[in-house]
Amino acid sequence: MPLMNMVQAINDALRVAMRKDERVVILGEDVGKVGGVFRVTAGLFDEFGEDRVIDTPLSEGGIIGAAVGMALYGMVPIPEIQFSDFIWPAYDQIVNELAKYRYRSGGEYTAGMVIRTPVGGGIRGGHYHSQHPEAHFIHVPGIKVVIPSNAYDAKGLLLAAIEDPDPVLFLEPKRVYRAAKGEVPEGHYKVPLESAAIARDGSDVTVLAYGAMLYEALDAATKAAEQGVECEVIDLRTLWPVDIQTILASVKKTGRLVVVHEAAKTGGFGGELVTLVCERAFYHLQAPPIRVTGFDTPFPYTLEMEYMPLSHRILPAVLESARA
Amino acid sequence: MLKTSLNGAENHDLDVVQVLREDGTLDPEHDPKLSDENVVYIHRHMVSTRLLDERLVALQRQGRIGFHVGSVGEEAAILGSTFAMGELDWLLPCYREFGGALMRGLSLQRFLDNMFGNRNDTVHGRQMPDHYTCREKRWGSISSPVGTQITQAVGLAWAAKLSKERSSVLVYFGDGATSSCEFHSGLNFAGVFKTPTIFFCRNNGWAISVPADRQTASRTFAEKASGYGIPGVRVDGNDVFAVVAVTQKARERALNGQGATLIEALTYRMGGHSTSDDPNRYRPMADLEPWQKRDPIERSREYLVKKGLWGDADDAALVLEVETQFREAVRIAEDTPPPDLASMFDDVYAKPPWHLEEQRAQLLGGPRAPSQH
Repeated sequence: MPLMNMVQAINDALRVAMRKDERVVILGEDVGKVGGVFRVTAGLFDEFGEDRVIDTPLSEGGIIGAAVGMALYGMVPIPEIQFSDFIWPAYDQIVNELAKYRYRSGGEYTAGMVIRTPVGGGIRGGHYHSQHPEAHFIHVPGIKVVIPSNAYDAKGLLLAAIEDPDPVLFLEPKRVYRAAKGEVPEGHYKVPLESAAIARDGSDVTVLAYGAMLYEALDAATKAAEQGVECEVIDLRTLWPVDIQTILASVKKTGRLVVVHEAAKTGGFGGELVTLVCERAFYHLQAPPIRVTGFDTPFPYTLEMEYMPLSHRILPAVLESARA
Repeated sequence: MLKTSLNGAENHDLDVVQVLREDGTLDPEHDPKLSDENVVYIHRHMVSTRLLDERLVALQRQGRIGFHVGSVGEEAAILGSTFAMGELDWLLPCYREFGGALMRGLSLQRFLDNMFGNRNDTVHGRQMPDHYTCREKRWGSISSPVGTQITQAVGLAWAAKLSKERSSVLVYFGDGATSSCEFHSGLNFAGVFKTPTIFFCRNNGWAISVPADRQTASRTFAEKASGYGIPGVRVDGNDVFAVVAVTQKARERALNGQGATLIEALTYRMGGHSTSDDPNRYRPMADLEPWQKRDPIERSREYLVKKGLWGDADDAALVLEVETQFREAVRIAEDTPPPDLASMFDDVYAKPPWHLEEQRAQLLGGPRAPSQH
């Protein structure tokens, strides 16, 4: 099997999908000749032409609004928002239009599409190239939110998302775009949505993580093991609808929960995960759940490594949970 | 004569396409050459729309439906443009064009089921009245936020073009929507990608209480088109012949690969924004007078009467016909129970995920709300 990084794996998924289904089109800023600012769409313009890999005017609202119209017609658009920090002009189209079309039309109109967008910090991008906005979308009924952490999952999840009948927001953790290398099968395969993966088995503390922070959680787990604490690290992969069964099975085994995410703490997805566990497995808990997250500030530039919930902040939380 | 400029410029280059002259004859320059049969057909739909508007407002005042957003005064703009579109074309409405949907083939019963939000409502009572859907007639699904349908119409038209289908897309919006981001993005994308889109702006003078000259400092809405590299045209929106003519021309351009057109139809919202609005708080009654004289239905009726195609007996017969159909449809819609409780959780996703199944079970197993309204 070829060794790929996440950029190459996503590129391969797009190529496989476009070869398989003529209705699939890519649109966005700089996705054409240059192949995207992260080169995720490299080579696709040459293979599929300007009618299927479309450089658009610089308007996120226009990109998503037009993509919704294309989807209503029956095409399968894959719009790219260059950085998730730029998605907000399209928020109305996503929240009020895309997410509600099936419901508001009684199923007559659907708008299946995959919005791809890079997320997260640790790349010296400051406020406007670092945010991790999943909570804003998880809160919206009608869309699914997916985030891979490795090349194999990136390809399989993206192909599953493209073939899913519902709109999917596909978040790409850009800090590990090139770092996360792995073997990726050629051709078509899917990783099912709504299923988490156990990234490391353990019996003492359950750690929930996703995207780039998975590696920080795994690093903390290795260090915790040196101190005799065995973490079970779960890579959520699909954030919503989340794989609640995998989470509950783990927490019932460990009795302890640490949730990690880059986004700000208050109103973040961590609060929802903790609540879901408390509602369903409260009496299995042997320690208060702990959230290790970004702080409730805008994402800072120079001090970004202090802002992010890296291994050095996860480890003490895991130990605290284990010893509570 | 129409007031043709928003912001004071006295300029005769701001031509407004008119066909139906004051003497009831047609100007041959833009005459769409409609058959007598078609003029009668459109006129009947205009009158029906007016009659239904009046009856729906009455139903709302009686507390039998929750809301209505009407189109009194704008019937020529709506019915003329809908008429000009072909079977394979798509129409994305704003929320004030139910008359067009009925002309397209939405049944009166289905429309009224939506007005009552009952079990037969194809959108299952999930939306306010006047927010029906009719995909089988290539009529869009209605959203309340203003302007959102504009970029979608561009995407839809673009998809048709990429799929090599010979169809165009007409999108309705009001003068207020020209201030939205979607108007800018939509016209810009349509210009760049030459999409077969017809932007149909019903300039009815008002966005709730804000007058059209608060939406722009331009002299006209139509001239905004030039900034996007597409043609803009102004038409007397109360002249159904002119509306048909300019829409047909825009459609031909679209189908011939020449791209999009912005149409500004000069008309007037004779009622409030909706049944929730009281226009007397911001609009002097005297403002209505010039437009009452230009009532689109009176004008087409006068034309038909002069040609011997319409008379008092036709008025009476049509009123009776609409009244009878309306009463029967209302009776059925009102007698139909509300949507099944469990249906609240359908269509959020193609298949309800675990959390919606769980919430559905909680709702069904829990206490009922004290009343439906």
